[in-house]
Amino acid sequence: MQETATLNNSFKSEEYFINMGPQHPATHGVLRLLLTIDGEIIKKVEPDLGYIHRSIEKMCERDSYQQIVHLTDRMDYLSSHINNEAVCLTVENALELEIPDRVKVIRTIIGELTRIASHCLWWGVMGMDVGALTTYFYGFRDREMINDIFEETCGARLTMNYNVPGGLMWDIHPNFIKRVKEFIVHFKTKIPEYDKLLTGNVIFQKRTKGVGVLSKEDAISFGVSGPVARGSGYSCDVRKYHPYSALDKVTFNEVLETDGDTFARYNVRIKELWESLSIIEQLIDNIPEGEHRVKTNAVIKLPKGEFYQKVETARGELGVYIISTGTKNPYRMKFRSPGFSNLSALNHMAVGGKIGDLVATMATLDLVIPDIDR
Amino acid sequence: MQISLNITETIQECLVSMMSESAAGYIAMVIIALIYLGIFSVAGLFLVLLERRVAAWFQLRIGPNRVGFQGLLQTMADALKLVSKELTGTDRADKFLYNLAPYFVIISALMALGLIPFTKEFQAFDINIGIFFLIAVSSIGVIGILLGGWASNNKFALIGAMRSGVQTISYELSVGLSLLTMILLTGSLQLSEIVELQKSGWLIVQGHIPAIIAFMIYMIAGTAETNRAPFDMVEAESELGAGFHTEYSGMKFAYFFLAEFINMFLIAAIATTVFFGAWLSPFGITESIPWLGVLWFLVKTLLLVFLMMWFRWTFPRLRVDQLLTLEWKYLLPINLVNIVVMAFIVWQNLIILI
Amino acid sequence: MSYFSNIFNGIKTLLTGMSITGKYFLNSRKGAITQQYPDNRDTLKMFDRFRGEVIMPHDENNEHACTGCQKCEIACPNGTIEIIWDRGIDEHTGKNKKKIDKFVYHLSMCTMCGLCIDVCPTDAIKWGQNFENSVYDRTALTRVLNKPDSKLRAGVED
Repeated sequence: MQETATLNNSFKSEEYFINMGPQHPATHGVLRLLLTIDGEIIKKVEPDLGYIHRSIEKMCERDSYQQIVHLTDRMDYLSSHINNEAVCLTVENALELEIPDRVKVIRTIIGELTRIASHCLWWGVMGMDVGALTTYFYGFRDREMINDIFEETCGARLTMNYNVPGGLMWDIHPNFIKRVKEFIVHFKTKIPEYDKLLTGNVIFQKRTKGVGVLSKEDAISFGVSGPVARGSGYSCDVRKYHPYSALDKVTFNEVLETDGDTFARYNVRIKELWESLSIIEQLIDNIPEGEHRVKTNAVIKLPKGEFYQKVETARGELGVYIISTGTKNPYRMKFRSPGFSNLSALNHMAVGGKIGDLVATMATLDLVIPDIDR
Repeated sequence: MQISLNITETIQECLVSMMSESAAGYIAMVIIALIYLGIFSVAGLFLVLLERRVAAWFQLRIGPNRVGFQGLLQTMADALKLVSKELTGTDRADKFLYNLAPYFVIISALMALGLIPFTKEFQAFDINIGIFFLIAVSSIGVIGILLGGWASNNKFALIGAMRSGVQTISYELSVGLSLLTMILLTGSLQLSEIVELQKSGWLIVQGHIPAIIAFMIYMIAGTAETNRAPFDMVEAESELGAGFHTEYSGMKFAYFFLAEFINMFLIAAIATTVFFGAWLSPFGITESIPWLGVLWFLVKTLLLVFLMMWFRWTFPRLRVDQLLTLEWKYLLPINLVNIVVMAFIVWQNLIILI
Repeated sequence: MSYFSNIFNGIKTLLTGMSITGKYFLNSRKGAITQQYPDNRDTLKMFDRFRGEVIMPHDENNEHACTGCQKCEIACPNGTIEIIWDRGIDEHTGKNKKKIDKFVYHLSMCTMCGLCIDVCPTDAIKWGQNFENSVYDRTALTRVLNKPDSKLRAGVED
């Protein structure tokens, strides 16, 4: 009797668990997804975090304010300059330092270059996730040019640590302006190629349109930000609403799409490439003369209080929150990272889709796992 | 210059002079099998290298160019590495089926290779149901994939195997029907006769519009049949890791890998035979030199192989349901209409002959 | 009717994509973006500001500019720099003052943030452009930057 019962049970169709990650090509790092699947249909997605947690927030409580900056390189490593800028802006605002215009303009230019580099990498990886392996190399070719510019000016390609509280570590390299202009000319011919190769492709459109839909209301209630939120029609660009550095001096459009599906998020990022290029074009010829750095005390002591600054990284809104008790270390440091909030919407977007849809959706969330785990 | 390429007869005659007829028959079979094994491995390794170089050129890279001249021995070195690797497997896998699976894949590919007419004489066996045999044999390969995925005791492999079942069974229809369209034109299933008929113009020219449509459908379905991108649902690297061969290592993995490339070669070779006149030179320019047929055959086949590589390195992958939509809603109806059109053309004798 | 226009538009977009990759295929001879690294060692030159490792330049008299002020040691977030110092009689002035014995640099712990070089008052340490730092043993990454018997350059402290 019992034997037949188990036999019947074992032939029953049932949902099963599958571990996607921590080592899986589509999770772009050490994210682990616990999938509940019925055949190919996804019933539930549970992200499991913590595989690359390095307690950066706790380490910040140990370090001085100059030292904190280089830790933020290692959070969202694809927009490291913007992370650095966020910390430096918080410290500078707290100290009420007057930052020279030159510093502001250079920070903005490099920040937008970082955004382009990040989006290039994302584009390549997006293509790879939906199966077009060649896009990866085309994206990387253009990103390499930016990385070379960074290497020449900042000394490093990825973890640049070019910002210090009070300005920039060095002045820009004499070749910087020339190289950036070369890049703009080069890249303007390449974005149409991106469109021809992937955006217009019928298979790609079938894979992405109507997949992973996130409505505007859900986008707001999940607290997503950046291109993911703007793909759902939620206007939330920090650069527009709370301009920092030299972003109040430039004109650019906030890219908005209303569909909220994977293709909308894809389109937002592709159009943001054009907007970033136009921001750089407006600034690159008018870098004002002046100091590249304001003298600060060797030991920076923030006044007692709480300080918050948000910036727009390539992934969304990064908030830096410092509680200071007046000593040379922060009492508590908190990063509001965009990836964490964006990931929280994954379950909502992926349920009901297939495994292929999950991968495509996850690609447009543009996750950087160290940014989520910190 | 006359080089006899009729290998079966040449070997048979040579052996008969040495021993009794029945013994000679068996030994000849073994020798021919060994020759084809040699062709199989060399072609497989060469195709892997070609794929890697072509992919590199598409992707602004250089590709393997270190081992041997321009990297010609690279895949040989890889194969050596795979041979010497430890064979790992999962716990509680169905060991017998797990070990059996690679052989299904590789043997079906090998069997199909014997039919390919490299030249008029260089063909191991020329049976009168040639095309039918090719289609039938190439379907056996999917059993190997299904078994491998099932027996690995791995969920990713299982999903890959099930996808493969769905995909291969659907696309088998299109491969069969598109070849059937051409058979209406030839009236024979025997490969040598099909080639003979093309002396008055390749079939893709003879059958003009329906033949071109049949060729396009055949290439799409053939790509799907070999589980290559954009139809690589079975492996789907970004979704399933490595799909059905996730748990295979060493030589067993190499079997799957080689078989995939040989299958690609086979699909291209069948297309060459049925649509592009196999070993016939264009306009009969080298008809007086028969052994050049091998060259023509390989050139045509490699061009088609290149086309499949071009597909692979350009297109994104389809989703499972879209894969089936493409087959059942697009390819199959078009194919059926195409057969009727071809039948009409044959009936009214609207064939273009040169 | 949209059934057929779908097919034709689909094929058109696929061919557009193939034309892009095909163009790169034909130009592949000159278009490679990768470098054949160990072969191009002679021509591979890193940028001046490239952060490979921290070095301490010595002049021809085997003299460096490090006064042993330990500012870099304090600035370093990871404890990468360790200065072992002693007091000794200075030859030029005859005063008893701080002298470095060993400037220990743990490359394995360095995150290349550049704070030590930024903070150095005498420019005694600089960025070196060497990036080939792979070794078989981790201890080989712990380096003493000041050369044996090296001295402080005269006039640095003024």
